[in-house]
Amino acid sequence: MRLWIASSLTLLAMTQMSGGSMKRLAVALALGLFASSANSETIEERAAPCFACHGEHGQSETENTPSLGGQQSPYALIQLFMFREKLRVFEPMNDMAKSLSDDDLRSFSDFIAKLPKPKPPPEAPDAARMQRAEALVTKYHCNSCHHQDFSGADNVPRIANQREDYLAKTLREYKDNSRHGYDGTMADVMGAVPPEQISDLAYFIAHVR
Amino acid sequence: MSAHSSPRSIVLAGVFVAGFAGIAVAQQTAPPAAPAQAAAQPLPPGSPLIGRPDNEAAQKLAPVAPPPLPAAPDKLPVAKLKAAPGFNIEVYAAGMANARSLALGDKGTVFVGSRLVDKVYAIINKDGKRTVKVLASGLYRPNGVAFHNGTLYIAELSKISKIDHVEDVLDNPPKPTVIYDNLPKDEAHGWKFIAVGPDDKLYVPIGQPGNNVLHDDAHGQIRRINLDGSGAEVVALGVRNTVGFDWNPETKQLYFTDNGRDWLSEDVPEDELNRLTKVGEDFGAPYCYQGNIPDPEFGWGHSCSEFTPPVGLMGPHAAALGMRFYTGNMFPKAYKNAIVVARHGSWNRSKKFGGDVVAVKLDKDGKVKSIEPLITGFLQNNSYIGRPVDVLQLKDGSMLVSDDYNGAVYRITYGKAKVATQ
Repeated sequence: MRLWIASSLTLLAMTQMSGGSMKRLAVALALGLFASSANSETIEERAAPCFACHGEHGQSETENTPSLGGQQSPYALIQLFMFREKLRVFEPMNDMAKSLSDDDLRSFSDFIAKLPKPKPPPEAPDAARMQRAEALVTKYHCNSCHHQDFSGADNVPRIANQREDYLAKTLREYKDNSRHGYDGTMADVMGAVPPEQISDLAYFIAHVR
Repeated sequence: MSAHSSPRSIVLAGVFVAGFAGIAVAQQTAPPAAPAQAAAQPLPPGSPLIGRPDNEAAQKLAPVAPPPLPAAPDKLPVAKLKAAPGFNIEVYAAGMANARSLALGDKGTVFVGSRLVDKVYAIINKDGKRTVKVLASGLYRPNGVAFHNGTLYIAELSKISKIDHVEDVLDNPPKPTVIYDNLPKDEAHGWKFIAVGPDDKLYVPIGQPGNNVLHDDAHGQIRRINLDGSGAEVVALGVRNTVGFDWNPETKQLYFTDNGRDWLSEDVPEDELNRLTKVGEDFGAPYCYQGNIPDPEFGWGHSCSEFTPPVGLMGPHAAALGMRFYTGNMFPKAYKNAIVVARHGSWNRSKKFGGDVVAVKLDKDGKVKSIEPLITGFLQNNSYIGRPVDVLQLKDGSMLVSDDYNGAVYRITYGKAKVATQ
């Protein structure tokens, strides 16, 4: 009960604030909630703070923040583990994951996998750009590990209809090795991709239907 | 042979035509490239996906990543593993996420590297009790560990460091001191196995920075350095990715496993078992694989006869990794000076291959005579329940096997099963 009241407060606060301060508050509240989570709470209750940034129903409305819906559970587990161990550095997530047990990591990743898949943006994409971008996506064999429908499998993430800004950011980070993958596969793949092609790759994957 | 050559010539023709179309498209201002044309555009040099065919079977293949959490001791698959007649396998230690290379200290401590997490572990044997602790953390891909004269050497992706008198400081280990970092930083094949040779030098491999690439002078080799990091010297060339080596106890020659390239075919090239007979030998990568297959891309203008052939083949995409000569007295005499090899198992093959520990017996010329299974069962119904990485002989002649999938180390014994004593 306490959790839901606090969540409502968060939402209320968010409607009255803007920009950075809103986000800071949301994260602070979420952290507070997360830390206070007791084992008696259901996973749905414990995951509520995640939605503050990652969006309810699996779809993120927050800049540079990934949608989590339908994510492959083994991939999600790896990311949560890496956040906990600070092998992937992003402070809010490092703080969120800090006190999670191995079983918590498993529960959250299984939960995330069951959220609804993100939907493509409602507006029709630019056909010419999609065609140009598809040629690149095909050329670089993104479908090789991520599968034809970009749903991924096991440790390979679902990328279909992920947020375009997050995709582009992530590909750039893999390219300059500022985001260390769990293994080196994406650094290896992106090594051969010119930076100016990243925005088209992200555009296609975000809009693919 | 003809059955082989005709599909390949079609593929090559397709690449040529599509490559040509790609150039034509690039010359237009607004490229309306149809996906079908784009599919066969040449990949940029160095792409790990060069050679990957565009079909459904190939799309199913992707590198297998182990889970980041170690399996609980009661969830380890040891009951499903099958040992050769007379041999036994038991759990030696568990709870070490991504357990990889192994090294043995003088006082019985077993050191365990990792690749996907940031830790080096110590399995401490004290007063008949065995405990696991994290010896060092915050390291970057610390796959390699070697022990020599009281010092532990740790190989991260691009640096080698050491902890002196390590077994005296297990309770409060200092941060490792860097001794050598003149190494490339590539992710691909950047993780390292290391070992100290009979010449008291530390051997450090630097793999090719990709699946199949024309590498520069800093890659595709094995170097040796003095134990203070000085005097680096390249001893072997044309090495694609070796993750295990040891010295023949009789001839003192270096033997090393080397993983063959991906995407050439389901069945070839096979991984190599190589032998270094003199400094500076070239083992062929990326021009020639398994001693007799000129690479379809880089082999032109070369002959496999220019390179040192392997002394044996370890199976297609098998990922033959850690290997040690068996010098103990516990196993039957036939295993004396045989090489025990951990085959991590394939990903780039529809029907997976490997996922076992084998005994490789050599003939009097030092070449492979036979490869026999020692431990099987890591591969079940074409998926892995565990993946062996490295092997290590203990003083009592038993042999340890690390499993990076479950974060555990097993012990192989021969005869009536006994509890490890160290």
